[in-house]
Amino acid sequence: MDAINIKNLTCFYDEQKVLEDINLDVKERDFLAIIGPNGGGKSTLLKSILGIITPKKGSIKIFGKENLKSLEMIGYVPQNTNINIDFPIRVIDVVMMGHVDTCAHEGAVSKNRFFNIFSKPHEIQCALGSLKEVGMEAYAYKKIATLSGGQRQRVMIARALCSNPKILLLDEPTSNIDAEGQRSIYELLKKLNEHITIVVISHDISVILEYANKVVHINKRLVFHDMQKNINKVTKHEGHFCEVELMQMLGGQK
Amino acid sequence: MIVEALGYGFFQNALIAGMLVSIASGIIGSLIVVNRMVFLAGGIAHTSYGGIGLAIYFGIPVFFGATLFSLAASILMAYITINNREKLDIYIGLVWSVGMAIGILFIDMTPGYNVDLMSYLFGSILAVSQEDIYYMSALLAIIVLCVIFFYKDLLAVSYDSEYAALRGVNVKFFYTFILMLSALSIVMAIKLVGLILVIALLTIPIYLAIKLSSSLAMMMFLSSLFSILFTFVGLFFSYKFDLTAGATIIMVGACVLIMFLIYEKISTHYLNR
Repeated sequence: MDAINIKNLTCFYDEQKVLEDINLDVKERDFLAIIGPNGGGKSTLLKSILGIITPKKGSIKIFGKENLKSLEMIGYVPQNTNINIDFPIRVIDVVMMGHVDTCAHEGAVSKNRFFNIFSKPHEIQCALGSLKEVGMEAYAYKKIATLSGGQRQRVMIARALCSNPKILLLDEPTSNIDAEGQRSIYELLKKLNEHITIVVISHDISVILEYANKVVHINKRLVFHDMQKNINKVTKHEGHFCEVELMQMLGGQK
Repeated sequence: MIVEALGYGFFQNALIAGMLVSIASGIIGSLIVVNRMVFLAGGIAHTSYGGIGLAIYFGIPVFFGATLFSLAASILMAYITINNREKLDIYIGLVWSVGMAIGILFIDMTPGYNVDLMSYLFGSILAVSQEDIYYMSALLAIIVLCVIFFYKDLLAVSYDSEYAALRGVNVKFFYTFILMLSALSIVMAIKLVGLILVIALLTIPIYLAIKLSSSLAMMMFLSSLFSILFTFVGLFFSYKFDLTAGATIIMVGACVLIMFLIYEKISTHYLNR
């Protein structure tokens, strides 16, 4: 079964067509990278998979189910543009925000949310488990403001893992992180890919080619589907990989 | 000197009121600062002057009038900021100044009016009555209960509103809710420091606490504690040197904050060497 199945998807944002007639299948345990110019609709695609944006036309099925509302199946790592870095909060408390009470009904979850300053043991356990998965359990009780950019991003991934998702969506997870940090994040994603389907938006073409098994280029429409073959051709032909040429070939911008 | 001051009923009332205001402004100021709403809170504070003017004109209790008016102003501010992101500052400036203008005009129109205007602009903590204390206690109780009841959601919205929305938290509702709670704490603080200095009370203790806290709840607690400290020290200075209480409290806080910032600068400078 496909993990994500997108058919004839058309989306509008502020009355402007952002995505047009997108067809895309993501198999279970795929590592899909989405590339494309800024404003090309990459984030909109991610948000429509999440159900934040309602498509104008077309359908999105997650493991065969349409209109999935909860985050149980999908973990999401947003672009870190609007998070206040100085916010006084410990790593574990951030991770616990991703916890979903999977055994409870929707109503029960919302009831539990109120009058609830102190965290429950199973929430703490779940958060510690996710932190271990990203190699950050030693930092659980540290203030998040004291961490480096790469470490913070690992915490955000742990938050997304806290709901035990089958699919992980990441929106430019390595922007503002140094080259070494970037590689270690992708190594982590590769490890997670053993049991989770991964969809990542990225500009780091050279790193993506190493890790993703499927690359799509989106600029309002799906410009290239399964672009890996095209890239292989280029790299073979040139003898070495040239990012600028590749981007020119794709008609995108970095 | 301190013992002598404590013997007066008005001074005892001032201390109690100062403590109530400090707890409220510590809790709500923390939410305001982490949500980057300081400018909005300033707007609500000034707009509340309209409520004071209307209350005096219609002869209803001033602080009750100010409460209703600033609650309305906070809902209006929330509506504007949610729907008009681009022209935000223009609209806030408009609400801010129109609110104050309404207050001034209604006070002008009040026949035989002779209330001391300065007391609302700069506070009148030494004239707090028993009824004021009851009213402040009720407002504080509402604030504390609301924050405890919705703590998890307030934290989620304040830290990462996009993610909170994804988890089913109604971000617009809580954004409005935080501004409404701000309106309540602003009304309380007007009695202590006046509407012009309210914003200092909602930020100075918070800037200190944010550096020393590892959670939002701890930040609220420390902010309240610092605020109580500044208020008490400020009140004694104002009594001893016959100075305006609100301004003295703010100056005490500001001096401590400046010393803290200098200390921080020096210590990081030496640590980095």
